[in-house]
Amino acid sequence: MVHIAGAGIISGIGHNYEQCFSSLANSTHGIKPLSKIQSRFTGSLPVGEVMLDNDAISLEVGAQPGLPRTALLGIHAATEAVRSCTLKHPGWRKGFVSGTTVGGMDRSEIFFRSFLNDRKSGHLNDIVHHGCGSISNLIAQHVGFTDFVSTINTACSSSVNAIIYATKLIRNGLVDIALAGGTDALTKFTINGFRSLMILDEDLCKPFDANRAGLNLGEGAGYVLLVSEKVMKYEALNSRGVIAGFGNTNDAYHQTASSPEGRGSYLAMKQALTTASLDADEISYINLHGTGTVNNDLSESAAIIRLFQDKVPALSSTKTFTGHTLGACGGIEAVFSLMALEHQCIFPNLRFGEAIHETGLKPQQHFAIQSVKHVMSNSFGFGGNCSSIIISQNSNSQ
Amino acid sequence: MRLFINGIGVIAPCDVFSEKLSASYPNGDKLKCIEPDYTSWISPQAIRRMSRILKMGTTSALMALQHSSVQVPDAIITGTGYGCIEDTTSFLTRLIAQDEEALNPTPFMQSTHNTIGSLVALLLQCQGYNHTFVHGAHAFEHALVDAMMLFEDQPALNVLVGGIDESTDVSQAIHARFGKYRRADDEARKDEGAGQHGVIAGEGAVFFSLTGRQSPNSTAVIDRIQTFAKSSITSKEITTFIEDHKIDLVLSGQSGNAVADRDAERLLDATLPRAGRTQFKHLCGEYTTASAFAVALAVKMMSGNFRNDKSSMYQPHNGEIRSVLIYNRYFGGDHSLMLMNAC
Repeated sequence: MVHIAGAGIISGIGHNYEQCFSSLANSTHGIKPLSKIQSRFTGSLPVGEVMLDNDAISLEVGAQPGLPRTALLGIHAATEAVRSCTLKHPGWRKGFVSGTTVGGMDRSEIFFRSFLNDRKSGHLNDIVHHGCGSISNLIAQHVGFTDFVSTINTACSSSVNAIIYATKLIRNGLVDIALAGGTDALTKFTINGFRSLMILDEDLCKPFDANRAGLNLGEGAGYVLLVSEKVMKYEALNSRGVIAGFGNTNDAYHQTASSPEGRGSYLAMKQALTTASLDADEISYINLHGTGTVNNDLSESAAIIRLFQDKVPALSSTKTFTGHTLGACGGIEAVFSLMALEHQCIFPNLRFGEAIHETGLKPQQHFAIQSVKHVMSNSFGFGGNCSSIIISQNSNSQ
Repeated sequence: MRLFINGIGVIAPCDVFSEKLSASYPNGDKLKCIEPDYTSWISPQAIRRMSRILKMGTTSALMALQHSSVQVPDAIITGTGYGCIEDTTSFLTRLIAQDEEALNPTPFMQSTHNTIGSLVALLLQCQGYNHTFVHGAHAFEHALVDAMMLFEDQPALNVLVGGIDESTDVSQAIHARFGKYRRADDEARKDEGAGQHGVIAGEGAVFFSLTGRQSPNSTAVIDRIQTFAKSSITSKEITTFIEDHKIDLVLSGQSGNAVADRDAERLLDATLPRAGRTQFKHLCGEYTTASAFAVALAVKMMSGNFRNDKSSMYQPHNGEIRSVLIYNRYFGGDHSLMLMNAC
C-alpha cells in the first residue's frame, strides 16, 4: 500500500491546508475579477487567483526572484507538504512527480512580446524556464527531492496522473518516498485560449447546474507526500490515507470535447474501483471534475449514473470554490479529498439551483459532517485524457 | 520488466534503416527531418488540420504499429520535451498581435503537449491507458519506465511508446540566443572565439511498439533504464547500472559541446575502455528526445545489416553487436543510461 504522509496546497481559497479547509467548511469561494495579470479582461473576468504577488511568494519561500509563477506556487505547496511530515532517516530515495500545463508561460509571454518585434530583444531569464520539466526541477531542487524527478502534461488530468505515476514508482521499488501533484499559474495564454473556445463563464460558474454556462479559470498547486509501507513503519508515521485505486483511459472522441455518454470517464472510474477492489456503493464521496461546462458536466454525470446507478454517493465540484486550476486541479483536489477523509465531511457544490435535465443528479448543497471512508476524485482533460483516483482511510485506522 | 521491441517508426534527419549511414546534412543551422508522404498514412482531411509535429508524431506511431502488425495498442505513452511549439507560437503571436481579440482556438487546442498521444488514440479509437511525459531530456526515458511498470502488472499488453520533438524557426532562434549552438557562420567568426560549441539542433519522431514478453517480431529488448537528476554521473554509477553485463558497444550522446563531450569520453575511458564506442547526434542533432532515435539506431546496429560510417565509429567493435549501452546527455546534463540487448 502507498500511504499519504503529508500534504501541501495553495489556491484561490487559501495559502495552506488549514486556510483552504476553513474556506471549504465555511462555503467561502475565492473567485473574483482578474487582478494580477494585465489583460483586456482585468477587472472583469472571474478567476480563482492566489492572492499573493510573485515577489511575496519568493520572499516567503526563500526562492530567487524572477522565477515563473508556476514554479513559485509549486515551491510554496511542496514546501508545506515536505514540512508536514518529519523524516529522520537520510537515506530514502525521494522522488518528485509534478503535473503542469503552462510551465513557465507567464514569463514566456513577457519575453515573446519583445521577441516578436525584434528577435534580439527579450530577457533570456524570462524564457529559460519555459519548459514544463524546468519548473519541476526548480521545485524538486528547492525541497531536496531529487533522486527521481519527472513531469507530466496530460492537460487537466496532469496532476492526478502524476500521483498515479508516483504511486507506481513506489510500488515498483524505484523510489521510497514521492512528492506528487501539480501546479499551474494563470496566464494570458490560457485565459485567451479558453475564451477562444467559448467555454468561460462571464459570471461565477455553476457546475452540475442545468443553467451552467462554462468554467472559471483558477491557479494554484497541490501535492501529497506518498510513502511506502516500509517508510511508514520505519519512521513511525501517521498514515493520513492510502491511494487505494486509480484508472487512466482515453475518451478517443474529440480533441476538446467529451463523448456525451462519458465513455472515457466511465472506464476511468470503473478501473479505479476495480484496482481498489471496491464496489461502487462503497464510495462515500466523489470530488467531481465538474468544470461547469455544458459538455463536461453532462458527460461526467452520464458516466456516474451508468456506473453507480441507484447508489450515487454524495458528490460536489470544489471548482465552485477555486475555479478550474487546469494542470494543478488533480493535485489540489487530491488534497481536498484527503481533507474530506481527515475531517469526515463532504464539501458543498456552490451555486447549485437546478439539476441537469438529462441526468437529474443533485450535488451536495451544504457542508456536512458524515462518515467518509473512500473518496473518488475525477480529472478529465483535453485530448480525452480521463483519470480517476480513490483515496481511502488506512484500513488499520479506526 | 523488460521492454521487447516489435516495431519501430522513425521520422528523422536521416534514413536510419538505410544500409550506410553518414552524417545528416544541415538545413541552415539545424538538422531537419526527412518527411514521408503523409497521405500514405493519414487521410487528406485529417492532415489538413494537423501541424507538422502532429503529422510526424502520428505517422511514426502508425509506422511502428504496422511494423509490428498491431492494429490498436492497449496503451499509448509519449515523451516530448517542448511539445507542439509551432501551435504554441502561433497562438501566442496572434494573442499579442490581435491584442487578445477574435482568436482562432485551433492552435490553442493543439498546443498542449498531450495532443500527439491523444491524436494517435483518436485516429485508432484506442481508449486504453494514455500518458504524456514532458520532463525535458528525460521525457522519453520516463515514458519507457511507465511502460515497464504497466508490463509489471500486465505483461501481455501491446504498448506504443514514442519520443517526439520539433525544431521550428522560432525555437531555433530562441535556443541560438543562449549561444550554445553551432552557427553556419562559425568559420567566419573564429577570431571572436566562435566554434567552441559544435552542437547542432535536431528533431525527430520515433515510436516503438512494445510487449512485456518476447514475440516472434521482437528484434531487441530494453533491459534497464536510469535517469539522473543531477549535472554529472560517476564511473561507479555506470558500473552499478551495468552490473556484470558485457557491453559490446556504447552509443554516446556526444553533442558537439566540447567540454561535456570531453568529460563523457574520459568517463567512458575509465569505465568501459574495451567496449566499442560511437555517437549518434551527427545523425539526428541535439534535442530533448534524441535518446528515442538512439534506441532505433541501436536496434539497427544489433540487426547485423549495419555498415558503419568509419568517421563516426571512433572505437570500432570487431564482431557482432549483441549489447548496447546508450549513454545520453542534453547539453552536458540530464544524463541517462539505457541497456539494450539483441533478441
